[in-house]
Amino acid sequence: MVEISDLHFAYDKRAILKGINMSLQKGKLIAIMGSSGCGKTTLLRHIGGVLKPTKGYVKISGQVIHELDQHNLYAMRRKMGMLFQFGALFTDMSVFDNVAFQMREHTTLPEELIHDLVLMKLHAVGLRGTQKLMPSELSGGMARRVALARTVALDPMLIMYDEPFAGLDPISLRVVGDLIRRLNDALGATSVVVTHDVQESLKIVDYVYFMENGTIAAEGTPEEIRASDKAFVRQFVHGEIDGPVPFHYPGGDYRQELNLSV
Amino acid sequence: MPFTHTLQVIGHRTIDAVWRIGLATRFFALTLMYSGTSFRRFHLIIKELFSTGVMSLIIIIVAGLFVGMVLGLQGYETLQRYGSESALGVMVALGLVRELGPVVAALLFASRAGSAMTAEIGLMKATEQISAMEMMAVNPIARIVAPRFWAGVISMPLLAAMFSAVGVFGGYFVGVIQIGVDEGSFWSQMQAAVDFREDILNGVLKSFVFGTVVTVIALFEGFDAPPTAEGVSGATTRTVVTSSLAILMLDFVLTAIMFRGN
Ligand SMILES: Nc1ncnc2c1ncn2[C@@H]1O[C@H](COP(=O)(O)OP(=O)(O)O)[C@@H](O)[C@H]1O
Ligand SMILES: [Mg+2]
Repeated sequence: MVEISDLHFAYDKRAILKGINMSLQKGKLIAIMGSSGCGKTTLLRHIGGVLKPTKGYVKISGQVIHELDQHNLYAMRRKMGMLFQFGALFTDMSVFDNVAFQMREHTTLPEELIHDLVLMKLHAVGLRGTQKLMPSELSGGMARRVALARTVALDPMLIMYDEPFAGLDPISLRVVGDLIRRLNDALGATSVVVTHDVQESLKIVDYVYFMENGTIAAEGTPEEIRASDKAFVRQFVHGEIDGPVPFHYPGGDYRQELNLSV
Repeated sequence: MPFTHTLQVIGHRTIDAVWRIGLATRFFALTLMYSGTSFRRFHLIIKELFSTGVMSLIIIIVAGLFVGMVLGLQGYETLQRYGSESALGVMVALGLVRELGPVVAALLFASRAGSAMTAEIGLMKATEQISAMEMMAVNPIARIVAPRFWAGVISMPLLAAMFSAVGVFGGYFVGVIQIGVDEGSFWSQMQAAVDFREDILNGVLKSFVFGTVVTVIALFEGFDAPPTAEGVSGATTRTVVTSSLAILMLDFVLTAIMFRGN
């Protein structure tokens, strides 16, 4: 379904992605993990065709994304959904209008049908009662669920989630995790979840990729990941402070900077 | 080397300014190019007309009233020295329709509606609403920028006309009702001396130009703002400063072209 091959990308001169290879199978829920700033969002932006790789490609249903023209890229994006880190709900529209947005932009469905579809989507995330509220009136967890409803409004075949668990309380976190799994299975879609939340995501996903330093450092099913003896994976899964991922940002000599005579 | 350093700074600033003018022009062209949606779905413009036009109405009316009253007072002071206080109506009306109406209304519009536009779009960008829209295969220039642009262009001349109308009434209030200038000559001389094409149409043309410039600056600054809190507040300030200067400079140019030799 999605094939990523030898993907390279650099912001200005700074290389962010240095040869990513992935193969995402249809119907699966895949997690991408890695420390902050390692390029996970950048990778999602390549799948969505927002950024162009310097080398390599992302292929979806056999089409190379960065070679599509604007028209075909937009056609491709209609089949994708992306949940942004903090939901990115349109602040000048009600919850209802947010979920209805793509239906109104991309279809000629009559308003009564849109009304029913929106309520079904909101019902699926348990928030039918919020349809008249504005995004500013929702809690963080509720906003994330409304954004989820908006993301799947047109039943996408590929859904991307950028840190869907960030900043949620434990209950909302379980709710959102559970929804991601159920939506994926109900739509028969392929889902990619970018996350730090190892414990929650290992419970729901089918396959895991670990990114480090612009490459894939490890991959496998949740069982394989839990059993892995790679130091880097162990550090991440068990949340150890120091390991291959250092606690200290590289700096000068500590004693020298404190003006201690050696 | 303070001298070469100063030169270098001036050079950098100039190149920067020219570069930004180029970007803003390109942005303006794109806005015009993607305006089709706004006219096919005119309710998008109506909604923005409310938030830019109607919300600026109060400040325009209050300001127009006071400016008109000051014109009445100052005009009377000057005119009565030459025994021609019956021309007060002409002076108030011409001053408003040709200059103060378009200019002051545009300055108020820039600080009321322009700054709000920049802040709104900057925040939309900072909270990834614009990226989200792009990922939904909807062009943000067509859907967010163009309706606001046309709302600004349409409402500016109307607001300036409102300003002048209320201002004339303010001048009438001070001149005729308070000071006791002859009511008949106040109105009849005004009617005789104010020319539709020469004065009114030129005034409308001015406010049309100001409306276009202010709205483009406000939208461009918002769209171009760095997606952070400081970025958005800086852009808001730039909108007010840049568009105020642009209004005053353009006013001189337009006045020189329109009223030369009269
Ligand atoms: N627009 C940009 N310009 C320059 N550098 C960027 C930009 N966006 C992100 N970066 C850098 O790219 C790296 C990867 O960012 P990102 O993909 O957002 O990481 P994350 O894995 O946390 O999602 C970071 O070091 C970030 O500083
Ligand atoms: Mg990220």
